[in-house]
Amino acid sequence: MVFEGLADKLQQTFKKLRGRGKLSETDVNEAMREVRVALLEADVNFKVAKDFIAKVKERAIGQEVLGSLSPAQHVIKIVNDELTALMGGTQSRITVSSRPPTVVMMVGLQGAGKTTTAGKLAKYLVKQNKKPLLVAADIYRPAAIKQLEVLGQQLEVPVFSLGDKESPVVIAKKAMEHAQAYARDFVIIDTAGRLHINEELMGELKAVKQAVKPHEILLVVDAMTGQDAVTVAEAFNKDLGLDGVILTKLDGDARGGAALSVKKVTGCPIKFTGQGEKLDALEPFHPDRMASRILGMGDVLSLIEKAESTIDFEKAQALEKKLRKEEFTLEDFLDQLQQVRKLGPLENILGMLPGMGDLKKLKDVQIDEKQVKRVEAIIQSMTTQERRDPSLLNGSRRKRIALGSGTKVQDVNRLLKQFDDAKKMMKRFQGMSKHKKKGGFKLPFMQ
Amino acid sequence: MGFFDRLKDGLSKTRKGFTEKIEQLITGYATIDEEFLEELEAVLLMADVGVHTTMQLIEDIRGAIKAKKINSPEELRPFLAVRIGKILNEGMVPLARATEGPTVIVVVGVNGVGKTTTIGKLGHYYHDQGNKVLLAAGDTFRAAAIDQLEIWGQRIDVDVICQSEGSDPAAVAYDAVQAAKARKADILIIDTAGRIHTKSNLMEELKKIHRVISREIPEAPHEVLLVLDATTGQNAISQAKLFKEAVNVTGVVLTKLDGTAKGGVVVAIKADLGLPVKWIGVGEGADDLRPFDPAEFAEALFSKN
Repeated sequence: MVFEGLADKLQQTFKKLRGRGKLSETDVNEAMREVRVALLEADVNFKVAKDFIAKVKERAIGQEVLGSLSPAQHVIKIVNDELTALMGGTQSRITVSSRPPTVVMMVGLQGAGKTTTAGKLAKYLVKQNKKPLLVAADIYRPAAIKQLEVLGQQLEVPVFSLGDKESPVVIAKKAMEHAQAYARDFVIIDTAGRLHINEELMGELKAVKQAVKPHEILLVVDAMTGQDAVTVAEAFNKDLGLDGVILTKLDGDARGGAALSVKKVTGCPIKFTGQGEKLDALEPFHPDRMASRILGMGDVLSLIEKAESTIDFEKAQALEKKLRKEEFTLEDFLDQLQQVRKLGPLENILGMLPGMGDLKKLKDVQIDEKQVKRVEAIIQSMTTQERRDPSLLNGSRRKRIALGSGTKVQDVNRLLKQFDDAKKMMKRFQGMSKHKKKGGFKLPFMQ
Repeated sequence: MGFFDRLKDGLSKTRKGFTEKIEQLITGYATIDEEFLEELEAVLLMADVGVHTTMQLIEDIRGAIKAKKINSPEELRPFLAVRIGKILNEGMVPLARATEGPTVIVVVGVNGVGKTTTIGKLGHYYHDQGNKVLLAAGDTFRAAAIDQLEIWGQRIDVDVICQSEGSDPAAVAYDAVQAAKARKADILIIDTAGRIHTKSNLMEELKKIHRVISREIPEAPHEVLLVLDATTGQNAISQAKLFKEAVNVTGVVLTKLDGTAKGGVVVAIKADLGLPVKWIGVGEGADDLRPFDPAEFAEALFSKN
């Protein structure tokens, strides 16, 4: 059982509805059943999902289906809008105290990624010319202090620790003095992971809070968390009063329904997301992208935005012109390939496309980086003329190219076939693109 | 306190949420009707059992009602306990042991599920049973992961094979297997770095570790254990699937069951992928990891007090 895209499912549900003007109650009910399953599969809390569905239903029934949209698309739009709204505005900011140092306290369950996230936050602040101090207040997990110290070394950020014999309260207090003495303007306190039902440890967190009066208490939540996210967030919020949430491990394929649950029960903004183990992988939270991710529609917006900033716009336009005139050549193919690779590892990009979250389904799509390099080598082994007119490529030329690129003739043949297919597909794309506002560029070998 | 008590204790929150709700349901309804089934569905979903498996269970109940096997809400609890127990029990195999030479256990999982802690506890369990145990610090990536395992090694009085941070984990595995042979260890437990299951290069690295081990001892690793955090939701299915594809996982270790999370996703993992739970962790102490007993687990989940 792997998630099918909600969009596909809804499309099927609504096939029979094509051309109807208004969304009737039966239509909406049927669609909502699918939406509910999608939300639950994404680990949105059962109750949160229930409330959400009820709300959307109310809004959707009787709505005029917009001319340009199919009923399915219209429902997705409503669901997506509501979900985005619920997740709140973008607010990737840390409250800065007028009297430094600003104190940030990281809390969360074991294994949520507090220590790594503390490091990432420090890096984020350094980039803004701040001077953070990391404080190792996790005295329980073996080597947690060492972990923070290593991170500090990598980041060239000082780490304050008193070993594991002093209590976290004492460590936090002394850290404040240290920060003042050394003019650090941010203090990031890494606390021990704990179960929300462990009163002793929660009491200790409260005591730390009392002692240093943090300006921000951030709950670190694993994006893979299931139904329990609500209980956890509620407990931490009740005992400590949270100011924000950081959602970690979004670089996997978790749909991250926990984000919605946590936001709903705490009312706190999700300030950042963690996207990997690298220390600069702390990114602002985008409610709209999260919404489509939870719905399983892929992170299309992310891709578009990323692509816009990386792909040379003029080149893209020139390419489009060529497409129209059907002059797409292997040269352009190579060019495009290189542009796309600038976006990052291919599998990341494919993962952002709708319906492609499950890479295992993509048996026919080559996402092997080596394969891409091979394609590059093959095209680069061709003469300019050959690149422009592949029909020139007879047997001996192909042999030469294979030799030049360190591949086999079969590989060359395969590439030419793929290129041909891509060309055909682009023709089809052309027809479609007239209906879309965005999407000035296309990525041929991606479908 | 015996382990069953500890399990019950550890699961008491789980039971509170889960069984109490079912209890409430049962006492609140005189007959099983659609509304009752809907409520029951909610209870299962809240336990992270997952949409697919929940629907399946509800269908089973419907079938049983039709066949007059269940006539009243009271008969539901035993039915569910047996049904879930059966799902978990099917195809259970005992913990694998090498016929001769060291038994090699590789521990894998995503970041932050408690792999290193699990290895400390596993080592303790085998050590306590009189085995000569060796641990290998194969997580050469995360800062201080090696130190963490070494501290565990000291704590449970077991040797730890390690290299420096950043070294090739496959080389650590190789060293460890050689050491295990030379020192005539009974059990070798190899730690690996946490990795998100969708990162193919990291999964390749895991495959390499696997290859290196089986080159040295053909039938090894005897167990590949996937550590899952009980708080994880439906993504656990994807984790199990991809890890299984990469390194032929033989069983699941379910950790952090002492929280309020229900870990119901293991039912889905067993039902969908046939991957059995082999160990469960119900606390932070070295003793709080034990072999998984499906019947005991199902009973603890559904027992009345």
